[in-house]
Amino acid sequence: MTGPGTQSQSKLVRWIDYRLPIFTFMRHELNEYPTPRNLNYWWNFGSLAGIMLVIMMVTGIFLAMQYTPNVSDAFDSVERIMRDVNFGWLLRYLHMNGASFFFIVVYVHLFRGLYYGSYKEPRELLWMLGVIILLLMMATAFMGYVLPWGQMSFWAATVITNLFSALPVVGPKVVGWLWGGFAVGNPTLNRFYSLHYLLPFLIVGVVGLHLIALHQHGSNNPLGIDRKGPQDSIPFHPYYTVKDMFGLGVFLIAYAVVVFYFPNLLGDTQNYVPANPLQTPPEIVPEWYFLPYYAILRSVPDILFIPAKLAGVLCLFGAIGVLFFLPWLDTSRVRSARFRPVFKWVFWLLVIDVVALGVCGAHRPEGLYIIVGRLATLYYFIHFIVLFPVIGWLERPLPLPTSISAAVTKTSSGPLAAASSVEKR
Amino acid sequence: MRAAIFAGFALLALAAPAGAQEAAPLPRQSWSFDGPFGTYDRAAAQRGFQVYEAVCSHCHSMHLLHYRDLAGIGYNEDEIKAVAASKQVTDGPNDQGEMFQRPGRPADAFVAPFANEQAARAALNGALPPDLSLIIKARDGGASYVDALLQGYKEPPAGMKMAENMQYDEYFTGRQIAMPPPLAGNDVQYADGTKPTLTQEAHDVATFLAWASEPTMEERKYTGAKVLIFLLVMTGVLYGAKRQIWADLH
Repeated sequence: MTGPGTQSQSKLVRWIDYRLPIFTFMRHELNEYPTPRNLNYWWNFGSLAGIMLVIMMVTGIFLAMQYTPNVSDAFDSVERIMRDVNFGWLLRYLHMNGASFFFIVVYVHLFRGLYYGSYKEPRELLWMLGVIILLLMMATAFMGYVLPWGQMSFWAATVITNLFSALPVVGPKVVGWLWGGFAVGNPTLNRFYSLHYLLPFLIVGVVGLHLIALHQHGSNNPLGIDRKGPQDSIPFHPYYTVKDMFGLGVFLIAYAVVVFYFPNLLGDTQNYVPANPLQTPPEIVPEWYFLPYYAILRSVPDILFIPAKLAGVLCLFGAIGVLFFLPWLDTSRVRSARFRPVFKWVFWLLVIDVVALGVCGAHRPEGLYIIVGRLATLYYFIHFIVLFPVIGWLERPLPLPTSISAAVTKTSSGPLAAASSVEKR
Repeated sequence: MRAAIFAGFALLALAAPAGAQEAAPLPRQSWSFDGPFGTYDRAAAQRGFQVYEAVCSHCHSMHLLHYRDLAGIGYNEDEIKAVAASKQVTDGPNDQGEMFQRPGRPADAFVAPFANEQAARAALNGALPPDLSLIIKARDGGASYVDALLQGYKEPPAGMKMAENMQYDEYFTGRQIAMPPPLAGNDVQYADGTKPTLTQEAHDVATFLAWASEPTMEERKYTGAKVLIFLLVMTGVLYGAKRQIWADLH
């Protein structure tokens, strides 16, 4: 896998490497690439996300060979895949649940970055590229959900495309352009199919940039301090390749349990009813990974002269947009929450807040759900726009360890004081 | 953090809105196809097919199924040919450019009772019977819901205003359903001699419809067991490899 490059015994390898330094490149990025020696299992989720992207693209390409993007055939063509295509049920369930697992992985990856301050100098662009990947993923997932052309596909497409009508002046024009007509219909399905196939390749491109940015300064680590010398790092291969492979095994077990035994757990029964433009389903609910955003969209009331719908759409995009500014909103120089006594707890408030938003998104905006939804939406923005800078100014961080290896060696020498020396300080 | 995410996840799953707000809660049921090793009870599914043929198929289509698919619930080739041949299928156009009728073949899709939606509505007081191919996957509660619905017809409670041509069924959303009670018991003569009570018929037809909704379920669970055994062994080996490779660092 990792060619020994120019030192290779093989004449062919040397011949190729002299003209196209692919082996040198691989050795440099895998064998020589220095990685902090103290990464914990939360760092597995980056490579897991990459693997999920590949799984989604491979299953998707095979599904596309059997799928028919036409309003009268789409639903039945998916069922034909389920029933008559060899292992079609497997491809379809892997792809359908793969979207959920992709989002689980990416959300964990994102929250890991938040907790350990991975977005801070010099990794601002790395973080921002990640936010772009998230946006592209959301667009891809939404358009993919429309393709089976069930009731929830159709009505989700109707609700989400209608959001753009809230934009002043250009709104109606944009919506007509998204639909390709005067309502969600065959042209909509066709262009969504085309874009659903295109966007993953754009994601691959941005992932490439994400990796270039990552390899420039290397991974952040649970202590959030820079590597100071060779004693702080280990080569990526074999240490992290094997650790990532083990993590992948655990992840695949969870994925397989859902795909093979609970394949419809995360789906909506309404999407097994063919799309019917004349009949609105009792509830229009997005997939679980969009519920927090959906709650934000529905929670926002009229703000001054801005009507509720436009305000909701602005907050929806603002919820993602604010992430772009995190590197500058967080005024603390200390990266890892381990050494930030206040931030450490406030982080969990955000997790609770997002889960609360998700629960509100799953329910009709009535009674308590409106109040909780509004408070949670308000908190979401306060968390980033107010608490991030203020905590950075007021908090007194704990003293940082002098180096990664110092912290790690102390761990291995002292029998019990071990983990606690790092954890409790 | 993983625990928190999954807890949130579980919360969301529990919090998912129920499709039928006003309907009565479904009675607990156990099914042959429940659980990781569950399979479709072939005898029940065959009896259910008999019920579908004798009763449901007069109004409900199952357009995703083909007669050949019946092999999945244990019918042999001759039986399938006989079932198919008993239907008249519209085929064509022939050399004269005309459509014609012929006896069905195993490769044909289930023949629908009505030519189109309008024909169905015209014959049935404006109501449209849903296609049953996916009905178990398309309703919250699945087989237990269909089973309960078929037995849930009652006299409407005093004071409840029923719309014209509607029946009271406590398991239906809004409790008013256009379908007249389809089963009463003794609607079929079971080939295997089972007594066709209402409960038995409802249970059998729900089993048949569950199979029809997902004929590949048994293959899925069987494949899943093999995949999981492989993954568990592979992950165990990788864990060992990880320990060994990292040993010199700790």
